[in-house]
Amino acid sequence: MSRHVAMHMSDGIVNAPTSLLFGAVAILFVGWAAVRARADLDDRTAPMAGLVTAFVFAVQMINFPILPGASGHLLGGALVAILVGPWVGTLCITIVLVVQSLLFADGGLTALGTNVVNMAVIGVFAGWGVAVALRRFAVRSRGGLLATAFVAAFAGTVLASLGFVAQYALGGAAGATTGTVFALMVGLHALIGIGEGVITAVTVGAVAAVRPDLVHLLRTAPRPAAVTQPAGRGDGSGA
Amino acid sequence: MSRPSTAGRRRSRFLVAFLLVALVVAGGLSYLASSAPDGLDTVTLHGCEVTETPAGEQLDGTCVAQHATDHPLGSGPLADYTVGGGAGSVGIAGIVGVLVTVLLAGGLFRLLRRRRGPSD
Repeated sequence: MSRHVAMHMSDGIVNAPTSLLFGAVAILFVGWAAVRARADLDDRTAPMAGLVTAFVFAVQMINFPILPGASGHLLGGALVAILVGPWVGTLCITIVLVVQSLLFADGGLTALGTNVVNMAVIGVFAGWGVAVALRRFAVRSRGGLLATAFVAAFAGTVLASLGFVAQYALGGAAGATTGTVFALMVGLHALIGIGEGVITAVTVGAVAAVRPDLVHLLRTAPRPAAVTQPAGRGDGSGA
Repeated sequence: MSRPSTAGRRRSRFLVAFLLVALVVAGGLSYLASSAPDGLDTVTLHGCEVTETPAGEQLDGTCVAQHATDHPLGSGPLADYTVGGGAGSVGIAGIVGVLVTVLLAGGLFRLLRRRRGPSD
């Protein structure tokens, strides 16, 4: 029963040197993200970032069926990147993974570095890169925003799954060839990516409908040069 | 700080609604979650036949998951999204998880945030 609710990589799947290497990469990157995130955190966005983190924790619990006998769940990389930016987003997913590992015994302790690199770094930044590339559609219409969120989430999910393939190729335990792991990981995560895309689009769409100023991707969009903007970016409260 | 502005009240209302959605998802919707292995577990279990035994799961065949080790905190009070291993407690575990996460993340982001400077 125990493993059926586990959602992340356990200890022992990759060897100690690989775990150490990715642990070090994770620590360095998360530290860098904490420095860069400060620029995106203020009195308005900090509480939002806290709630987005809790929301990702909650939605990750909801495994949805993808094939008979196989399920998937949200990773959340593109979702957090679009809502709170990639640097804060890396911290959000890292917090979720730490809480899951320490409190819920989901995701191994030595595997924390690999899980952070895959979901909090690759998933977040791949999703953000795609979202930025498509931002001109996202700012144009609601449909464009939903499509951008879907594609960014799909790409982030598949690329995050490739992180595991790389770690397995580097120092994976026996039991399956790297080719088999690659084919299965990408195939399954292409299906999971569809669910990830739908959840991300629905969530981003809901936030944008009521509080577009809390969508980082829209808020940080470059302003068209022809339009003169009043100084400052106040939220209209006059405060 | 003086009385909150209209925008401030609107903001708190949005944040409270967001928290409620997370609590409903973790506390209620979690009972509907699929119990099939997720993408990664499906890959690591590939090649094995899983049978439930009183001693736990038995993996017959050859698969990556045979090399997985037990979680060092696997006997913790909330391990495997249950409260003390109790059946049907996933919703309570989920609510605890949401509250712990929002406090931890909210506190950390509050510490990291920029104070509104005169140039902002």
